Amino acid sequence: MRNILTIFNREFRSYFSSPIAYVVIGLFLVLTGVFFYLLTSSFLQYAANLQWQAARMRQPAPPVNVNHMIIRPLFSNISVITLFVVPMITMRSFADDKKTGTLELLLTSPVTTAHIVVGKFLAAFALYTIMALLTWVYPLVIVLFGDPDVLPVAIAYIGIIGMGAASVGIGVWISSMTENQIIAAMGTFVALLFLWLVGWFANFSSGAMGGFFQYLSIVEHFDDFAKGIFDTGHLMYYVSLCGITLFLAHQSIESLRWRS
Amino acid sequence: MIEIRNLTKRYGSFVAVDDISFDVDRGKILGFLGPNGAGKTTTMRIVTGFMPATKGTAVVAGYDVANDPIEVKSRIGYLPETPPLYVDMTVEEYLSFAARIKQIDGKAVPGAIESACEKVAIRDVQTKVIKTLSKGYKQRVGLAQAIIHDPEVLILDEPTIGLDPIQIKEVRELIKSLAGNHTIILSTHILPEVGMTCDEVVIIQKGKIIAKDTPDGLARSMRRSEKLTVVVEGPVEEVSAAATGTEGVVAILESSSQNGQCSLILECDFKHHVRKSLSNMFSEKGWSLIEMKVEESTLEDVFIHMMSGSGRAQS
Repeated sequence: MRNILTIFNREFRSYFSSPIAYVVIGLFLVLTGVFFYLLTSSFLQYAANLQWQAARMRQPAPPVNVNHMIIRPLFSNISVITLFVVPMITMRSFADDKKTGTLELLLTSPVTTAHIVVGKFLAAFALYTIMALLTWVYPLVIVLFGDPDVLPVAIAYIGIIGMGAASVGIGVWISSMTENQIIAAMGTFVALLFLWLVGWFANFSSGAMGGFFQYLSIVEHFDDFAKGIFDTGHLMYYVSLCGITLFLAHQSIESLRWRS
Repeated sequence: MIEIRNLTKRYGSFVAVDDISFDVDRGKILGFLGPNGAGKTTTMRIVTGFMPATKGTAVVAGYDVANDPIEVKSRIGYLPETPPLYVDMTVEEYLSFAARIKQIDGKAVPGAIESACEKVAIRDVQTKVIKTLSKGYKQRVGLAQAIIHDPEVLILDEPTIGLDPIQIKEVRELIKSLAGNHTIILSTHILPEVGMTCDEVVIIQKGKIIAKDTPDGLARSMRRSEKLTVVVEGPVEEVSAAATGTEGVVAILESSSQNGQCSLILECDFKHHVRKSLSNMFSEKGWSLIEMKVEESTLEDVFIHMMSGSGRAQS
């Protein structure tokens, strides 16, 4: 545990001693902010339209659902944007250590490979979580000026964080296989994109195959979270994907010792 | 302290290290000498637990690297060929990380950093970011990292590579000062380095040990003849002829004359008392002997001798 903490501390600080953390978080907040603005303004337009129509018909305006119209699509968008941002968080993870030779320090220190993998994963995951939670201002704006259900927002965040655990796991694993950060980032991006698009394949295939594709899709599992439905099955998917990828990262680092 | 037995490492069909065995006693410095690609780094990586051997064992302080890697790693300080530095960190941050990952207790970390920095003389750059340091300082930070947990064994892979002559001298002195408390294996392809710093030498080529001795012993054991420089006042032809006639002189390698003095470089048989007979002969002839000097054969000679394939394994 102490060893994991030592690795975690160093890794986590290194994100902030280079521009990476600031650039990634800034980029993420700008993108999500743009979506929030677009969703809110179209919602306002829609609501104004309804009110105008209702006034013309001399009827009371029908209620509009902010959860349905802003929060759900907002979190769907956030979940997709993370797919683009996660590769930037995880690309350095092992690739940089392999390139600069610091992996030799880690692997000849009295710590196990599992400590190293978990420490590095937790650092990237912590940065991801901070980044994702910084979007709290958007729901806050809605709470201040509207009357949304708050519980679905909390559930959506659980989904975002669960999805992050899985995608950061994938990123760390891919970073462990190369010493080139660009390749690590591209590889992670393609892998995440595949896990996103595979949900679309599901629409074109039928039967067991379609179900399988649907199950594989990382974003498909997020749909229920965005709707405010908490399903442990979806969380299990993320946790298992995270576990599997960290195991693979462990094996990939161990195999270095045999091959290099 | 370190026992290496029948160590072999294969990469596919390529044999990087071929059945090598040697020991290093406590407090000694062992020089690991060989051309690039001889298997030095591979051997060191096996001993440090970075990679496993195909066959054979490496035992450090009584622990087998293959069975108790954590025990071995906690007793070894390792400086790879490129110092493993996180260049974005300050020296202090980096050493603090190194200390913690090497299981130094949180409270003892500042003390450990201080004493390591003291030993390698980097107190003045302690708060600087590593990437702004010169190569020599980086090397010393790497060395500080290796000694921070006061390990019983130090493994240094080409510690003086890429440094300027003054830095090389400093690092060598530093390594020498560390011996005694630490058992050191040091690899190099620079010959004089071994003579200057090491108690013992292992010469390795193509993964095999071809010689194992003290630096002096090695130089002595391969020496069958010695080179003698002689400066005499007298005519060069006659002196040369007389010298050739002396028992034990094998050949004249060089001769020259200047201002009535001639200087010769002679190759002499080691067994005969050549110097005595030569000086007697010169005084009989009435030529005054200005200078006579034995050229010690250097490790350079040993190395070339061994590498040329004519050398036999010595132990």
